[in-house]
Amino acid sequence: MTASIQTHIRNFSIVAHIDHGKSTLADRLIQVTGGLSEREMTDQVLDNMDIERERGITIKAQTVRLSYKAKDGQTYVLNLIDTPGHVDFAYEVNRSLAAVEGSLLVVDASQGVEAQTLANVYQAIDNNHDIVPVLNKIDLPAAEPEKVKAQIEDVIGLDASEAIGISAKTGLNIDQVLEAIVARLPAPTGDREAPLKALLVDSWYDTYLGVVVLVRIVDGVLRKGMRIKMMRADAAYDVDRVGVFTPKMVAMENLGPGEIGFLNGSIKEVADTRVGDTITEEKRPCAEALPGFKPAQPVVFCGLFPVDAADFEDLRAAMGKLRLNDASFSFEMETSAALGFGFRCGFLGLLHLEIIQERLEREFNLDLIATAPSVIYEMEMNDGSVIEMHNPADMPDVVKIKEIREPWIRATILTPDDYLGAVLKLCQDRRGNQIELTYVGARAMVTYDLPLNEVVFDFYDRLKSISKGYASFDYTITDYREGDLVKMSLLVNAEPVDALSMLVHRTRAEFRGRAMCEKLKDLIPQHLFQIPIQAAIGAKIIARETIKALRKDVTAKCYGGDISRKRKLLDKQKEGKKKMRQFGKVEIPQEAFIAALKMDD
Amino acid sequence: MTIGLHPAPGPLPAPLLQGREDWEGQKAATVRPDTPSLRPAQTEGGFGVYVHWPFCLAKCPYCDFNSHVRHEAPDQARFVAAFRREIAHMRDLHGPAEAQTVFFGGGTPSLMEPATVAAILEAINTAWPIAADAEITLEANPTSVEAERFRGYRTAGVNRLSLGVQALEERDLKSLGRTHSVAEALAAVSIARATFGRVSFDLIYARPRQTPESWARELARALDEGCDHYSLYQLTIEPGTAYERLYSAGKLIIPDDDHARALWDVTQEVMGAAGLPAYEISNHARPGAEARHNLVYWRYGTYAGVGPGAHGRLTAGAERRATFTERQPERWLQAVEAEGHGMVSQEMLDTFTQGDELLLMGLRLAEGIDLPRHARLAGRPIDPARIAALADEGLVERSGDRLRVLPEGFPVLNAVIAELAR
Repeated sequence: MTASIQTHIRNFSIVAHIDHGKSTLADRLIQVTGGLSEREMTDQVLDNMDIERERGITIKAQTVRLSYKAKDGQTYVLNLIDTPGHVDFAYEVNRSLAAVEGSLLVVDASQGVEAQTLANVYQAIDNNHDIVPVLNKIDLPAAEPEKVKAQIEDVIGLDASEAIGISAKTGLNIDQVLEAIVARLPAPTGDREAPLKALLVDSWYDTYLGVVVLVRIVDGVLRKGMRIKMMRADAAYDVDRVGVFTPKMVAMENLGPGEIGFLNGSIKEVADTRVGDTITEEKRPCAEALPGFKPAQPVVFCGLFPVDAADFEDLRAAMGKLRLNDASFSFEMETSAALGFGFRCGFLGLLHLEIIQERLEREFNLDLIATAPSVIYEMEMNDGSVIEMHNPADMPDVVKIKEIREPWIRATILTPDDYLGAVLKLCQDRRGNQIELTYVGARAMVTYDLPLNEVVFDFYDRLKSISKGYASFDYTITDYREGDLVKMSLLVNAEPVDALSMLVHRTRAEFRGRAMCEKLKDLIPQHLFQIPIQAAIGAKIIARETIKALRKDVTAKCYGGDISRKRKLLDKQKEGKKKMRQFGKVEIPQEAFIAALKMDD
Repeated sequence: MTIGLHPAPGPLPAPLLQGREDWEGQKAATVRPDTPSLRPAQTEGGFGVYVHWPFCLAKCPYCDFNSHVRHEAPDQARFVAAFRREIAHMRDLHGPAEAQTVFFGGGTPSLMEPATVAAILEAINTAWPIAADAEITLEANPTSVEAERFRGYRTAGVNRLSLGVQALEERDLKSLGRTHSVAEALAAVSIARATFGRVSFDLIYARPRQTPESWARELARALDEGCDHYSLYQLTIEPGTAYERLYSAGKLIIPDDDHARALWDVTQEVMGAAGLPAYEISNHARPGAEARHNLVYWRYGTYAGVGPGAHGRLTAGAERRATFTERQPERWLQAVEAEGHGMVSQEMLDTFTQGDELLLMGLRLAEGIDLPRHARLAGRPIDPARIAALADEGLVERSGDRLRVLPEGFPVLNAVIAELAR
């Protein structure tokens, strides 16, 4: 592969709402330009992880360099960075968009503009992108391309008159998309003679190569054998290899301005690289670093504990490995009276939490208990100090607290009119303040300010369920506001289970307490004794349920011929017990900790 | 074998256990050193022989035992020959022993000709001399036809009869698929009592629509028959039975746990007051009248199982072998004729399994288990904290080397064992 002429480079991303066909379009672009042979093509080529394919989502940004011979007879290099669609990974989207000059805005022609379409396209606009609107799934009978074009113009304010109608699934009009990329997106600017200036877009750990760094060259040339410097980290490394993804890794001699590719060298750990850092040449540094990005901040925290305490070290090792590829996931050791040794972990959102938990269980064969997710609370103490609290178990003595502040978000929800009432009720129930209510065609767009702790657990699930899957949702964290928050404890058999304690708004405490007690009553199996389940604020019990003691087993007969069968039943009982965790005298199934929080309101 | 070798045992040996006071919560049971089952040179828990006769005239809808219905009566002589060969094979596998008990189960063993029973007993006696005071039980249906054979069984050497009465309500006998009436069953009971001296009586409770009051009346009527042993089983829905299909389809409603518990409580009250407390979770006897063969199972003793679908536990030193034979009668017959035995599986039980099996069987008994023996079999003792936790709930009691389940613990025995066995 040869170095490319700068005027013949186009760098772009695809922005879309989840399920609008982003990954399928990427597959099609790769296929049409011959990046992979038929044999090498799988669905969702760029979603490497099993979990991405199964859930049909993109978690990590991926990049691919396509070679396209345009109708003008010239060959162009098209660099695509595929980005995640889910709000939890908005941060990944932003840094990918910063590395390219243009975007394809993909909108499902039967669904129209959704909340994440808006969030992502605004980010692209903020990054000064030129944008090509693409209407996908125009082959579906329910497709309404004219209506959706009008929506794009009304809601987003983009000219949609030249929007391209395609079907990523069948490949219809993919050539027009490629032509539009060449004709309507700008070539990168940049000075080949200037000192090297490159953006560190992402980095990950590869079993064979070690740390791989994804870079976008702004000025100058990155060469094999060069000694580079990370400006913010203030560290220098030797470059062993540079190259591009086709999407296979292909080595190159160098990368010039506007190119996107990888380098690897003497960098030992992913932690040594900072996303957004500026890479330059050590002996001829550039004068000014790129602005970079804010680091991703975990917003949701929960404890992860091994079901079997003996797996603690394995869990530590597994988390270390996952963190190599996912710097936005943080963890530190935590001790719980109920659960023993585990880790307090920070995530970008609940989907992120679920994905990490699932990967730990699946890829590392661990059985985990996740505790109630929490947000970060600010505690202003009477002595004037401010404490950040990630874990309700660390709640200071209430008499020493002057005020508690909680994070708020601004949420944008798009919903068909039919479900608007239910959506508004949900937002009101979750202490929301309505900011705006407008219409986008037949769909309502509502903006709400909501406390994050009301959203963090099951808001998204509830929203999907009350709108039969039609409402879409996106949010940004705005500020911290004072709240009348209290710590609610759950007592199982009169013993507080710290893993189930949480901060709730005083007005919501009784409702949540009752809901959790009812849930736990169904989740905890009958024991040989009666088990009271209580929710309490301080010493005051606000809700109570009782699990009755087991009264009768089937014990009828057991003679010489029944013993083997009885033994099988006993082995099954033992297996079941292994999946439980003992709290005092009570055994609680591992899944109960999260399931107890899901509300059916 | 002649009847002279096997007189009726007359006054039976003293009780094998002192379980009587246990229900009153007094001193823990100790095994008396003079009991026949614990004579020196005998294996722990005793040695008995189980004979399975796999045929029934009709399949009862609740039954999941290995029973088969045939249009043509089976060739009993051919079966006798096969039993003879399989018994000899088991003798080679297990080595010498004295048979303290023999049990003919089924199926319906009372469909056997008395001569068939006699011939099988003779074969057993050849392999393992049958003790002079051995208990020889046969299961029988309480029909008038079968009652005619009782005398013949007695002559063949059977000295105890276990009658599958199942219910003393006409309506319920019908729905349980039984072919006898209440009057017929009671007539069979009195013939059996006159013939054998030792008679046991099976009843099933927690039947659809049964109330504690009606069950108490039924028990009182059963006690009027004056038997010294009653097996009282809670109706269970077993996989693969007609009842299971009805139950899954919502057409059979059985009492829920609370109701079943009330019926259980009534059982304990009525039987306890009559002087026949439960010596095993579902078995009640006057002291001294316990089923010695079944005690071999519950004390986790050694037993040879012969006939189609029979299970055995054979021991040699510390090794314990689980045997299981072909269930299908004709295939069993062919296998025995071809190879001398019908075994389809033999498993050497590891220490964990032996420990679990001792718990599963031994804790069904009021006398409980010997903890050092359990530790020896299982290779490790039960965690004392687990015992203490269950004792705190009033479910078990530890006294010296013995661990036994208390009256509050029996209705939830599965859960108690699961706690101890992990």
